[in-house]
Amino acid sequence: MEVPSVNETILKAEDVHTFIEQHHILQGVSFEAKADAVTVLLGRNGAGKSTTLKTVMGLLPASKGKITYQGKEIQKSKPYQIARMGIGFVPEHMGIFAELTVEENMRVAMLVEDAATARRLEVVLDMFAALKKFWKTKAGNLSGGQKQMLAIGRAIVNDTSLLLIDEPSKGLAPIIVDTVIDSINQIKEHSVVVLVEQNFYMASSVGDDFFILDDGMVVHSGRMEELIRDEELQSRYLGISKVED
Amino acid sequence: MADTILRRWNQEITIAGIAILFLLPLLAIQPKTYLTLTIAGLAMGMLLFLVASGVSIIFGLMDVLNFAHGALFAWGAYVGFSVFQTLMKWVVADSILQNLAVFCIAMVAAMVTVGLLGVILERVIVRRVYGNHLFQILITFGTTIVLVELIRVFWGPNDEVMTVPRTFSGNWDIMDVIVSRYRIICILLGGVVYGLIQLILKKTKLGTIVRAGVEDRDMVQAMGHNIYLLFTGVFAVGAGLAALGGLSMSIFSLQVYPDMGGTYLLFAFIVVIIGGLGSVTGSLVGALIVGLSYNYVAYLVPWAAAGVNVLIMIIILLIRPTGLFQK
Repeated sequence: MEVPSVNETILKAEDVHTFIEQHHILQGVSFEAKADAVTVLLGRNGAGKSTTLKTVMGLLPASKGKITYQGKEIQKSKPYQIARMGIGFVPEHMGIFAELTVEENMRVAMLVEDAATARRLEVVLDMFAALKKFWKTKAGNLSGGQKQMLAIGRAIVNDTSLLLIDEPSKGLAPIIVDTVIDSINQIKEHSVVVLVEQNFYMASSVGDDFFILDDGMVVHSGRMEELIRDEELQSRYLGISKVED
Repeated sequence: MADTILRRWNQEITIAGIAILFLLPLLAIQPKTYLTLTIAGLAMGMLLFLVASGVSIIFGLMDVLNFAHGALFAWGAYVGFSVFQTLMKWVVADSILQNLAVFCIAMVAAMVTVGLLGVILERVIVRRVYGNHLFQILITFGTTIVLVELIRVFWGPNDEVMTVPRTFSGNWDIMDVIVSRYRIICILLGGVVYGLIQLILKKTKLGTIVRAGVEDRDMVQAMGHNIYLLFTGVFAVGAGLAALGGLSMSIFSLQVYPDMGGTYLLFAFIVVIIGGLGSVTGSLVGALIVGLSYNYVAYLVPWAAAGVNVLIMIIILLIRPTGLFQK
């Protein structure tokens, strides 16, 4: 896959609306992810962050709006077509196939089993040594952190140029969160990352750009360092208490 | 501790429990009669497995309740019947090779024809009602009526006698135990089909993707696999298995008739409920439970034979509502 140039917009969502049954969840979400940045979608529970990723991935249909990936409209494409364009997805529930072994989970993820994929698999196994250790173990028997490693590993074993990750820190011990942060920092060297996160420690550790969603709309965006400084904004939209002087 | 053992050895304990349960009739039946009944039960079970495995796989992966499975079963029997009629010389020949050849031709013809019928059914009818069980039941029930009427149009409304290939009929007398040849063939056929399905599901990438799809369809799509193409393929395989079941069962029961699918569809659903939807091993164990218990009870308490499987199903539903092998 071609390496995008710095500052090039890889993914752009414009006025995207999504319904789940009769509920109007996304009410005109617009955001973009640049080639040299980890873009973080922030917001309270129910703000529409996960729905945004699922809509980009084609798992939920956008009723209105435009989503472009590397200049190509994808809002009408099917999930498997979107995945084959080089977009990897790690859902909130991790999407591990519990009855399959770690090896089988990785094999299902591999779209092509060639030398390049084998090299990427080695990189994944070096990044997450636990996967090598439990290679023949049923994925359902892994710990929460190991499952998250497997979910991320599956998503990057292909020639992935954009990785969508939904709340990778959810339910993980702090030490495991640090491992996931390290892995995302490694992944961002090769792929563009769009991260949905409620854990502000993680978001601020890996994020470059941020978009805050509230009630299905983007209400704020900017550089992550601005958000780290703006305690008022953190308090209003992310529920993070201000430190009293 | 006990809980851990139960969880880890769940399947093994279930199978051991069932095996012990099926040794109990020995207390009331002569060992030789017991062996004859066991072989009859295993044969019936393997035939039911052929029908039920298709229902189970289609529901497990596609979440589709296919009530047309019985009609596909009947189509398989009739296609096989036509092949037998066309190649009757080979059917009645004394040569085992000619008998096997005509059986294999009938098997391939039935599976391919009904598999293609399955592709059309999935693409034209079932695809429109994914995710809606009520519509699936209604539309596949309607399809059953159409397919059964088409059998009446093509083959006539009357029952027909299915000829058994000559060397398949008759019995072996092994140390005073009467063993029907065709029953042994059915047991072998069921075993081979189960082995093939397991081989494909466990050892091939396609099979691994199918197993992954049973767990999480959305995720399989998000990994770049065209789940709809997979659905069509699985539906065709399920239809092909129904056809194989239909052909084998018609030779077993010596007849074909347009409504024959309904009876066996009921058995198939009982098997699948006992074994657990989506599990091929569950279908095999469920089918063997149904086949064996039917034969033992029919010998010991003939009037209760028809009801015993429903009773077993109710007990399983009460103890484990998702079936023996459903996770």
